[in-house]
Amino acid sequence: MLRYTLKRLLSLTLSLAVASMVIFAVIEVAPGDPASFMLGVNAQPDTLAALRTELGLDVPKTERYLTWVGGMLTGDFGTSYTYRTPVSQMIADRMWVSLPLALYALTLSTLIAFPAGIYAASRRGKPGDIAVMGATQLGVAVPNFWFAMMLVLVFAINLRWFNAGGFAGWDKGFGPAMQSLTLPAIALALPQAAILARVMRSALLDVLGEDFMRTARAKGLSRRQALWRHGLRNALIPVLTIIGLQFSFLLAGSIIIEQVFYLPGLGRLVFQAISSRDLIVVESVVMLLVFAVIVVNFVVDLAYAAVDPRLKSRT
Amino acid sequence: MSRNLILGTALSSLVVLAAVLSFLWTPYDHTALDIPNKLQPPNATHWLGTDHFGRDMLSMIMVGARTSIAVALVAVGIGMTAGIPLGLTAAARKGMWLDELIMRGNDLVFAFPSLVIAILITAIFGAGAINAIIAIGIFNIPVFARITRGAALSLWEREFIMAARVAGKGAARISAEHILPNVANLLIVQGTIQFSLGILAEAGLSYVGLGAQPPTPSWGRMLADAQTMVSFAPHLALIPGCAIILTVLGLNLMGDGLRDWLDPRIRVART
Repeated sequence: MLRYTLKRLLSLTLSLAVASMVIFAVIEVAPGDPASFMLGVNAQPDTLAALRTELGLDVPKTERYLTWVGGMLTGDFGTSYTYRTPVSQMIADRMWVSLPLALYALTLSTLIAFPAGIYAASRRGKPGDIAVMGATQLGVAVPNFWFAMMLVLVFAINLRWFNAGGFAGWDKGFGPAMQSLTLPAIALALPQAAILARVMRSALLDVLGEDFMRTARAKGLSRRQALWRHGLRNALIPVLTIIGLQFSFLLAGSIIIEQVFYLPGLGRLVFQAISSRDLIVVESVVMLLVFAVIVVNFVVDLAYAAVDPRLKSRT
Repeated sequence: MSRNLILGTALSSLVVLAAVLSFLWTPYDHTALDIPNKLQPPNATHWLGTDHFGRDMLSMIMVGARTSIAVALVAVGIGMTAGIPLGLTAAARKGMWLDELIMRGNDLVFAFPSLVIAILITAIFGAGAINAIIAIGIFNIPVFARITRGAALSLWEREFIMAARVAGKGAARISAEHILPNVANLLIVQGTIQFSLGILAEAGLSYVGLGAQPPTPSWGRMLADAQTMVSFAPHLALIPGCAIILTVLGLNLMGDGLRDWLDPRIRVART
């Protein structure tokens, strides 16, 4: 296990290093100098030069890359060009919206998908299964930002149960904050739940055909007991992978939903930073998101190896 | 043929037909403004109503189908053109450094938040259909590379490939002549799925203003325009939304149906 962990850790470090180079390279070739963007078209050349020096844009690119990476390793993500505040501070602030939103959406999606998937698998081929599968086909096809608009129309504009957008803030208390995250979380959760329910169903169906399930039935367990005691646990491996992937997707994928609901989260931060050429913010947030995905994958891999020792020898 | 395949093909054909027809005929000029008749709900003269400038919604949906299909189709093309050779090469060089390099590169692309990168690309190089295609296409490459490699790996173990090797064929020739035709079914099915994901991605990008630019209509931007008017003119949001849903649903059903239809094992089991 130790050797496997070290090997995976090495590949994790390599991936992160390459990712940081790619991000830096892509963003640095971007046309549009942040300094001239900030000062406008009529800026004096000397003011422009002064600002470039102040932002550290006049040093060679390799040096800037090393400063950026070195800073991130020590938790210093640099200073935003436009807001002049530490990027780590901005990310931390936005995290308090994006992280709870992602967790909220993931919880909702799991709560919908597990019963739906289990139900469909246990009724394979019957009307219940067909209804669930039809609903998931529809769930996958609905663009989440459109679904968000419909939720706003029904629950915010017509029924007035929720606000149409904005974030109450955690200082107003848990209730109002969660209330402003509810519609966005539902909008994010729907397509994810549809995917997860399908994975749950097919994983369960795969497991139901296994020999140990027949053994479980043979020793006298009912179909339902066998499903709950043996089937579910073994079907969880593919399901957990998808949940892991969905979490990292939700963290970054809420970018459009945050636009719909005017939520001050990470996605909106990146979106605004891209439009104002605040490169350092874009670089750092994208790196953070990539970091999250790579680390989640790493943890999932390790969890696999712990659960299923056969996987260790395969790599 | 299964119900999925029939329904999916019917829905997809309807959208493609609308897009093709829009080159020859639309009920009205999709750019023609008619302010006195703005925000009309669906009626006899404007079947799907009019938008806030009095433009005919049906004509805009038809021309918008063109944009969606073009962007998604070319993006799938990019993914296939680059991804399939990569996957074939990786499989032919299984376990060697080239395979390792291609697969690790794949993992890396998968780790990037695709939507953020797509927004980044379109924001950096300018909003527009071409950049949206590139942004969506890049993320299709690893999908096709991985699926090609996975299917090709098991084929390389088979006797008929062994026979081809004994006959003196090189890896490249075997990949092209024997592996590729045998993984084609799988790639067609995946292509349909990526096509539908491309439609959704295009809608998302044009919703945030980074897809095709006015006056070219796109479903995503129609939704963005509708957002502030949804309370008094819900048809502005409902119609483009339904267009997207039906297209994606049709393609997904077609993909599922094709997979079952093209997989001889399932076909035998059914008959």
